[in-house]
Amino acid sequence: MPGTPTDAPLRGSSGEIRQETMIINMGPQHPSTHGVLRLLLELDGETVITCKPIIGYLHTGIEKNTEYRTWMQGITYVTRADYLSPFFNELGYCLAVERLLGIEAPARAQVIRVLFCELNRISSHLVWLATCGLELGAVSVMLYGFREREVLMDVFESVTGLRMNHAYIRIGGVIMDIHEEGMEKTRGFLRVMPGRIDEFESLLSDNPIWIQRNRGVGVLTSEDALALGVTGPMLRAAGVAADLRKDMPYCGYETYDFDVPVRAEADSYARYAIRLDEMRESMRIVEQCLQRLEEPGPVMVQDPKVAWPAQLEVGPDGIGNSNAYIHHIMEESMEALIHHFKMVTQGVEVPAGEVYQTVESPRGELGFYVVSDGGHSPYRVKIRDPSFVNLQATPIMVEGHLIADAIASIASLDPVMGGVDR
Amino acid sequence: MIPAELADRLRGSFVDVVLARDEVTVIVEQEDLRATLATLRADPDLSFDFLSCVTATDRPDADPRFWVAYELRSMAANHRMRVKVGASEADPRVPSVTDMFPTANWQEREVFDFYGIVFDGHPDLTRILLPDEWEGYPLRKDEELGGVNTRFHGAFIPPVDQRTTT
Repeated sequence: MPGTPTDAPLRGSSGEIRQETMIINMGPQHPSTHGVLRLLLELDGETVITCKPIIGYLHTGIEKNTEYRTWMQGITYVTRADYLSPFFNELGYCLAVERLLGIEAPARAQVIRVLFCELNRISSHLVWLATCGLELGAVSVMLYGFREREVLMDVFESVTGLRMNHAYIRIGGVIMDIHEEGMEKTRGFLRVMPGRIDEFESLLSDNPIWIQRNRGVGVLTSEDALALGVTGPMLRAAGVAADLRKDMPYCGYETYDFDVPVRAEADSYARYAIRLDEMRESMRIVEQCLQRLEEPGPVMVQDPKVAWPAQLEVGPDGIGNSNAYIHHIMEESMEALIHHFKMVTQGVEVPAGEVYQTVESPRGELGFYVVSDGGHSPYRVKIRDPSFVNLQATPIMVEGHLIADAIASIASLDPVMGGVDR
Repeated sequence: MIPAELADRLRGSFVDVVLARDEVTVIVEQEDLRATLATLRADPDLSFDFLSCVTATDRPDADPRFWVAYELRSMAANHRMRVKVGASEADPRVPSVTDMFPTANWQEREVFDFYGIVFDGHPDLTRILLPDEWEGYPLRKDEELGGVNTRFHGAFIPPVDQRTTT
């Protein structure tokens, strides 16, 4: 088993067995465990001898629930798994269902999906930067990180009607086109953000405390990472250039010009540097998306047996049916009403089969194993969440090191418990 | 390797190879599972060195009832495939692959937690997401939604469908 400690730290300088270890529970409610993660730590003074992560405090039965809902309703469940990367959850699920259906979303919808995923990658990395900074004592970084994220939340809200759990990416496309206001807000973000990332760097990169707390801390070699199934920035910080956007492209990622940042040090500092670089690369992609969005086009497949019937718009209380559409189905067309009713209550019928679809989430390989038995709801949805798999690396990163370094190690792992426990 | 090539290549060594929706699935017997994964990893053309995902599906009408799926990925050759193995309803057991792929540790625990499939040889096969004292295996198809008592701060809250509004 990985992370099993040798008996070396248990022995004192003259070889006698030391027995004064202490077992403490860190969590499940602890400000630096990123949600409800509990670590069972055996300590010898300040040194961690064994570490056992205990999870499940946030389990909400998302996978089971999807089996009792329509395919379209499944989106609203999976988007809540890893709550810091809702667009990725929606995208992975929808791509899986689209492959079962044998359809592909229109080109403009693919661009909008890429746009929002990359903005979401930035916002997720910003939360990581903010919380990581807070845990290591850099409170100002916490304030800056959340300030920048708020700008992105505003973009998301103006386009999708919601700050989180958008259910914006739908089977067959996206639910609404992006409007000029959303585009302009994104352009504004792109103007401001590069300077802000430079600011983060000038605050942290050469900061002696930041270097001391991160360099050489939480080392996870590429061999260990691959054996433990660790992906994402953790793996790329260990010198492996694995990125599903390049390796197994989806949504046309092969047509975008961007680089995959890789570093060799495999420590917390390398992960910090990688995430900052990834934000810059994401902005490059967003810029290209905005150019491509100059071309108008449909954002949902034309097949009435798949496409969501309603025309939605963002109103004062979030997303809702447009007044014109309500007038149409209630006053003008009985057929439209029947069609609406059937699509909303029963929805799309998906041919039997199974697929495993992956997307590169901010934390690594996010996989959706989706099985259909030919009905109106999924037969099985398994979310392979990168946080869940990556968290297995905690013992090997913290055992034999100081407890203060355990905080930095977990922070650099960036687990989101909503995704871990699902 | 593209999926069609991969499927052709695998048909030389395996009986049950399925190519569907650009995904290759090999269905093997339980006793062959570990040897299969070892072969797929050792073969230099295939080099399936990365286990992405371990999960299961419950098919109450099928025999065997449970199907455990292993999603394999090759970092070197950049391709994917799936290995599936059945587990009987009466005694759902599958050999553990945690010693070959340490990432399987938590993933097999999760399958055990939700389906009650026992992974022989697993170092620590305990519940992982549900409480240790939980009864039943919720992702089985015969476990319905709801109907579960909730405990909160010592208070006993009946299932949703048995609560009264008065």
